[in-house]
Amino acid sequence: MRRGLTATLATCALALVVAACGGGGSKSSSTSAASSTPGASTAAAGPATKLTLWVGWSDRELDVFKKVVSEYDAAHPEVTIDLVGGIDDDKITAALRSGDGPDAVSSFTSSNVGAYCSSGGWIDLAPYMKQDGIDANIFPSTAQYYTQYNGTRCALPLLADAYGFYVNKDLLAKAGITSPPKTITELTEDAKKLTTRKADGSLDVVGFDPFFGFFQNTPTTYAPLFGAQWQDANGKSTLATDPSWTKLLTWQKDLIDYYGYDNLVKWQAGVGDEFSASNAFETGKLAMNLDGEWRVAFIQAEHPTLQYTSAPLPVDDAKPDLYGTGYINGTIIGIPKGSKHPDLAWALVKYLTTDDKALAELSNGLRNVPSTTSSAKSPDLIPDANFSTFIDIFNNPKSSTNPITAAGSGYTDLFTSFLANWQAGKVKDLQSGLAGVDKSIDAQKEQAEAGQAP
Amino acid sequence: MRVERPKRPLTAARTGARTSGLRSLGRREAVKPARRASQRRADWRRRGLVLFLMSPWIVGFTVFFAYPILDTAYLSFFHYDLLSPPRFIGLDNYRFLLHDDPRVWPAIKNTLWLIAVMVPARVVFALGIALMLARIRSGAGVARTIFYLPALVPPVAATLGFVYLLNPATGPVNKGLGVLGISGPNWFQSPEWAKPSLALLGMWAVGNVMVIFLAAVLDVPRQLYEAAEIDGAGTVQRFWHVTVPAISPVILFAVVIGVIEALQYFTQAYVAGHIAAGQASQAGSVSTTEVGYPLGSTLFYPILLYDAAFRRFTMGYASALTMVLLVVAFAVTYVIVRRSRALIYQEGTQS
Repeated sequence: MRRGLTATLATCALALVVAACGGGGSKSSSTSAASSTPGASTAAAGPATKLTLWVGWSDRELDVFKKVVSEYDAAHPEVTIDLVGGIDDDKITAALRSGDGPDAVSSFTSSNVGAYCSSGGWIDLAPYMKQDGIDANIFPSTAQYYTQYNGTRCALPLLADAYGFYVNKDLLAKAGITSPPKTITELTEDAKKLTTRKADGSLDVVGFDPFFGFFQNTPTTYAPLFGAQWQDANGKSTLATDPSWTKLLTWQKDLIDYYGYDNLVKWQAGVGDEFSASNAFETGKLAMNLDGEWRVAFIQAEHPTLQYTSAPLPVDDAKPDLYGTGYINGTIIGIPKGSKHPDLAWALVKYLTTDDKALAELSNGLRNVPSTTSSAKSPDLIPDANFSTFIDIFNNPKSSTNPITAAGSGYTDLFTSFLANWQAGKVKDLQSGLAGVDKSIDAQKEQAEAGQAP
Repeated sequence: MRVERPKRPLTAARTGARTSGLRSLGRREAVKPARRASQRRADWRRRGLVLFLMSPWIVGFTVFFAYPILDTAYLSFFHYDLLSPPRFIGLDNYRFLLHDDPRVWPAIKNTLWLIAVMVPARVVFALGIALMLARIRSGAGVARTIFYLPALVPPVAATLGFVYLLNPATGPVNKGLGVLGISGPNWFQSPEWAKPSLALLGMWAVGNVMVIFLAAVLDVPRQLYEAAEIDGAGTVQRFWHVTVPAISPVILFAVVIGVIEALQYFTQAYVAGHIAAGQASQAGSVSTTEVGYPLGSTLFYPILLYDAAFRRFTMGYASALTMVLLVVAFAVTYVIVRRSRALIYQEGTQS
C-alpha cells in the first residue's frame, strides 16, 4: 500500500540496470542496530545470534524504528539485530523464493497477506501464540482480519493506518471558511472557493484534488466516504450494483472537470513529491487533502509552523452517519519460512507487536496508530489533537478495510486502470463500464481460487 | 537495383579447396602410419585448444542462453507463483494470453508504434547527423564526440533528465515554449505525448547508430561521387543514387537492431512511467503505480512481461509471454532480412 513511493521505485528502476529488480534484497541500506549498545552483548554466554529484520520504512521513519529495535537488542544479549529498511513486496517475494531471506519480515501491503499465508511463504504463527498465551483478541477486529487468510494467521499487525482529512487553516480562513467540510456538498463548494489560478489560467492553489493516483487517492481510500461496498455476501464484485460507486465516481469526475483534466495533471506534475518536504499540502499548494495519520509526523518534522487541522473525512450528504469513519489498514509482520532462527524471530515479533510501551514509542515517532487495543490507551502515548483524530477513526466500529482475496490486490488493480480512463473522460457509459470491471474481477478471483492461469 | 546473391561461388571454391587439402593430407598419412599417430595427437591437441578457446562462449551460451530458453519454454506450461512449486496446466497460459488478457493487445499496439515510428525516426535522425558530421572539415573530432556523448549516458539517468526537462509545469522546455506563447503539452503525463516523448529520448541517445553510419558514409568511394557529379547529378541525386546504395547494408543493420531493441524496449519506458506517475501510490495494493502510465500508453510488451513476472508473480504466464516474444522477434528479423536482400546493393554484382 502506501509509500511504496517514488524513492523505492527509483531505487528499483536503478537496480534494474544492475540486475533484475527483485533479484534479491540489496543489503546496501542495511543498518546494524546492534552496535548502538556497547556492553550489552558482553553479558551473553556465547556469541550473539544475528537476526535480520526487514521493514518498509526508510529515512527518518527508519531511524525511529531503529531506536525501538536497538532497545530490544540491548535488553537481549542473545541476539544482535540487523535492521534493513526500504523493503517492498517484490523484494520480500524474491527472498521467499530464494529461501535466503531475513529472519523476520514486515510489509506495508496488508492485502498481500492472502498470498503469504496460503502459500506458506510466511509461517503459521498460531503454535507460537498458543505457546506464549497470546490471544488474537488483543488486536482490534479489523487488524485481526488483515493479518490472516482463511483462518491461517501468518502475520500480526505492527502499527496501523487510518485515513482522514487535513485542512490548511490559514487558507480556509482567507477564503472565509470557518470549519472543515462535513459533507461532499460542502467539500465541493469549499474546494472551489479555495482554488486559485495564475495569470495564464493554470492552477496555483487547488482546494481539493480527487484525482485517483495522486497521493493517497485510490478507490480503497475513497470508498468509505460514500459507504461503497466492494463485494456482496457471496463475494461477487458490486461496483455496478452498489449505486454508491456511481455516486462517488460521478462526483469525483465532476470535480476534476471543474479544474480541467489537463490543468490538474499539469499542476500535479509541478507540485513536489508526496514524501518530501515539498509535499503540496505542506507547502500550501493544496488546501485540503485526504491522507494517512503519518502526515502528522511528517509535518512536525518538515513544516512545524504549518497551521493545519485534521478531521474525519467529509461524507455523502445522504449518509451523515458515516462521518467519523474512514479507510483503515496496517503494516503486517511475520516470519518467512526460510528464517534460520524462527524462535528468536518470534520473540522479536512478539515484542514489537504486543509490547504496549514499544508500540507507544513507535507511534510517538512515526505517528502511526498503535495496533493493540490496550496500547491505543497507553499513558506513554504523547497526546496530539491532530493525531487523535486518526485514533478515533481507527477505533470507529464502522471504519473498514478492503476485502482480502486469493487474488491479492488484483481487483483494485483492475478497478484502478478503469478509473484512470474514467477520470480522463475516456469512458462513455459508466454503468456498463463498471459491469465490465465486475466481470473481470469475478473471473480473476475465480481463477485465483482455482489456482488457474495465469 | 536488382542484385544477385554475391560471393557464393567464391566462398564455395574456397571451402572446396580447404577440404581437398585436408583430404590429400589424409592420403599422405595413410602412406606413413608412424607419422599418422603423431598427426592425430596434434589434431586432438588442436581440437582441445579450440574447445578451450571456445569454452567461455560455450559456457556463456549454455548457462545464459540455452538453459534459460529451455526453462522458460518448460515453465510456460505451468502455473508458478514463485512461492509454491510449479503446477502443470497445459496450454492455459497461452489461451489466456491470446483470448483473455485485456492488456496484451494494447501492449502489442504500443510496441508496434515503436517499430513504426521510433525505429525509422532514429535511423533517419542518426543518418542525418552522420551526413552532417561527415561534411564538417574543421573540429570534426570535437563535433563527433559531442554528438556521440548522449549515448554514453546511462538510460535511467537520461530518462530522469528527460522527465525533468519535459515536466509540464516546471520543466525548462514548457517554460521556454511558454515564453513563445505556446502552451506545451503534458509530455510524459499525457497519453498522447508519452510515446513521442520517449521517441525524442531515443533520438537524442542515437550515438551508437550514428557512429556506424558515419563510418559507412566516410567509406563511400570518392570516385563514385566524382563520377556522378560529372554525369550531372545534384546533391539529392548523389545521396539517393550513391550514398544510400553504398551504405544500404548498414541501414539494414540499423533497422534490424532497432526493431530488436524496440521489441525489448523496457528501461526508459519503465522509468519514465514511474517517475512521471511520481505521486501515485496505491493503498492496499502491490502496485504502487499503474503500469504503463499514463493510461497504458507506455505499456510495452516487455513491461507487461515484467509486470506479470515480478509484480504479479505469475511466472508461468510471463514465460508464455516470453516465448511469444521470442518467436515474434525471430520471425520479424527473418522477414526483414529476407525481404531486404532485394533492396541492398552489394559490391561485385551487376545492377
